[in-house]
Amino acid sequence: MYTQAMDTAPKDATPAVRSADEAALQTRFDARIDAGEFIEAKDWMPAHYRKTLIRQISQHAHSEIVGMLPEGNWITRAPTLKRKAILLAKVQDEGGHGLYLYAAAETLGVSRDELLEALHSGQAKYSSIFNYPTLTWADVGTIGWLVDGAAIMNQVPICRCSYAPYARAMIRICREESFHQRQGFDALLTMMQQGTDAQRAMVQDAVNRWWWPCLMMFGPPDDQSPNSAQGMRWGIKRISNDELRQKFVDATVEQARVLGVSLPDPALQWNAARGHWDFGAIDWSEFWQVVGGEGPCNRERLSARVNAWQAGAWVREAAMAHAQKHTIQQEAA
Amino acid sequence: MNQPAQEWPLWEVFVRARAGLDHKHCGSLHASDAKMAIQMARDVYTRRQEGCSVWVVRADHITASDPQNKETYFDPAEDKVYRHPSFYRLPDAVDHM
Amino acid sequence: MQASISIHDSPELRYVLRLADTCLILAQRLGQWCGHAPVLEEDIALTNMALDLIGQARALYTHAGDLHATLNGVRYDEDQLAFLRDERDYFNPTLVELPNALDGSAAPGDFAQTVLRNCMIASLLVLVWTALLRSNDKALAAIAEKAIKEARYHQQHYADWVVRLGDGTDVSAKRMQHALGLLWPYVSELFVEDAIDRAAATQGLGPAWSTLRASWMSQMQSVLEAAQLQVPQLNAFCSTGRCGVHSEHMGFLLAEMQHLQRAYPGAVW
Repeated sequence: MYTQAMDTAPKDATPAVRSADEAALQTRFDARIDAGEFIEAKDWMPAHYRKTLIRQISQHAHSEIVGMLPEGNWITRAPTLKRKAILLAKVQDEGGHGLYLYAAAETLGVSRDELLEALHSGQAKYSSIFNYPTLTWADVGTIGWLVDGAAIMNQVPICRCSYAPYARAMIRICREESFHQRQGFDALLTMMQQGTDAQRAMVQDAVNRWWWPCLMMFGPPDDQSPNSAQGMRWGIKRISNDELRQKFVDATVEQARVLGVSLPDPALQWNAARGHWDFGAIDWSEFWQVVGGEGPCNRERLSARVNAWQAGAWVREAAMAHAQKHTIQQEAA
Repeated sequence: MNQPAQEWPLWEVFVRARAGLDHKHCGSLHASDAKMAIQMARDVYTRRQEGCSVWVVRADHITASDPQNKETYFDPAEDKVYRHPSFYRLPDAVDHM
Repeated sequence: MQASISIHDSPELRYVLRLADTCLILAQRLGQWCGHAPVLEEDIALTNMALDLIGQARALYTHAGDLHATLNGVRYDEDQLAFLRDERDYFNPTLVELPNALDGSAAPGDFAQTVLRNCMIASLLVLVWTALLRSNDKALAAIAEKAIKEARYHQQHYADWVVRLGDGTDVSAKRMQHALGLLWPYVSELFVEDAIDRAAATQGLGPAWSTLRASWMSQMQSVLEAAQLQVPQLNAFCSTGRCGVHSEHMGFLLAEMQHLQRAYPGAVW
């Protein structure tokens, strides 16, 4: 699962309340939110809440299915049968997570096809991390360890989000996800501890390339993230980008030590006063460049999705046609 | 095909985790027909031995209560405390009843 | 570069490897679909089949490794067998190694050819595993007992797809008929009788695949009939993958699959 607090969509103006009825509904909705109640699909909700959720959940879903591609590159080259099975199962899970999330978004009155259309046209975003290439087998383990690790930091709080279908999907995803980070770390640990020098170099190289993009996964700094306050109130975001990023760095430093790799940041240093690890400045120009479509693999990733969808159109049409023919036959009989 | 872009219908999936338990709603998926929906439910929702039986029902065939009726329909059960066994205080000697 | 292992020339070992390689090489092809299927649900279903096949291959390679040890004292593990043989030492039928779009017509692959091949191979494997339940090799019979359930599901799922697409739209019917024309010539090989199969049958190790031909044909014919597809005539062409002489596609498949094992001698993954 790969959330990214990007808040890249334009900030929607809060619509003017039109009627006394609606004002009452809004008041009631706000009270339910403040009381920590769950909102279900058929409950009344403000249009802005619905729209924000559709955007966030679908970005999430798109990230899952685009996220299948970089690791999917290595399925045919996985070095052992065990690793091949693990990788297949993991990439498959990402597809499953995309499916659960699309289904959660669909409860808000939008179809999966519409959401995919938004992805394919470039209108919807997905996590920028998947626009980086997977160059070696160690990238697969590093994605599991760092990318999934960052994603888990992001997603666990959403299990308590106010929109119940999203929260339920996230609970299911989190339950399945815990194997992803562990398998990644395990793959790297095997190479570091039992492997050859060439393998250790491969791991270090992968960590060097993925570290900074992973820190960017948490989204822009809090002072540049305008939609966060509203998201916090609705419980669709619970912890700020910078807090999550710090939490991730703190957790990862020790893991890197156990693994025996260095993290590519000379400024990384324990700060006893803060009780946290200090880290160097993030190059946000790179982040905005990749989000804006100019990352190393943006075009390839999107066209892989578009191709799969277009090449499968005849299959989806034929299955529908077959079902309709047979329903008609059954009704006639 | 007259309607080339028609989306496969949505199905709700119910899984029985173990023999003896109820089927429980666990999610939804798209499939072109009922048999495919059953197979996809198996592939999507029981990969980790979550189930031993699945039901699928087309989402548009489900009729749900209106959330606006929540209080009217469900709050009246609130004061019928005598329906619950804990309402009755019995002598210790027979309290396992 | 990591050198190849050499395989003992025993009929029973080859018999087991034929089956193991069939599972692995088809899984390798199915793995290419992951993330690229026509619909998300089927992406997951295809991967499930690939995972089942890898599981079957692993059990069979481990068993083949044991057999090898009893033959000449050299025990190979599943990965040595899967990744470090020369092309001629793989014994899968040619059908499973063919690209997902044999005619190069579609990337990431032609779903028509994929569902048809899955149906053909799953139908074959159901028959093979059923017969292997009675193998006098207890380990093989135990593998069969688990695998048969998986193969039955694959057969059902992909026979249903063949019928849906054969009897779907005009476009899909045409694509399925085209797929059948491409893949059907590779049927002959599946049921060629040879010394390896004869030895297996004689020893009670497992069925000669030739004896499964009639059941397979009748099952496939009923699926294809329901799909309203015309079964092509078989001509004189007979592929030879089961004897180790493969199509020109096999070299690419192995180069990709073996890449890391070959490039990093002594590595631990």
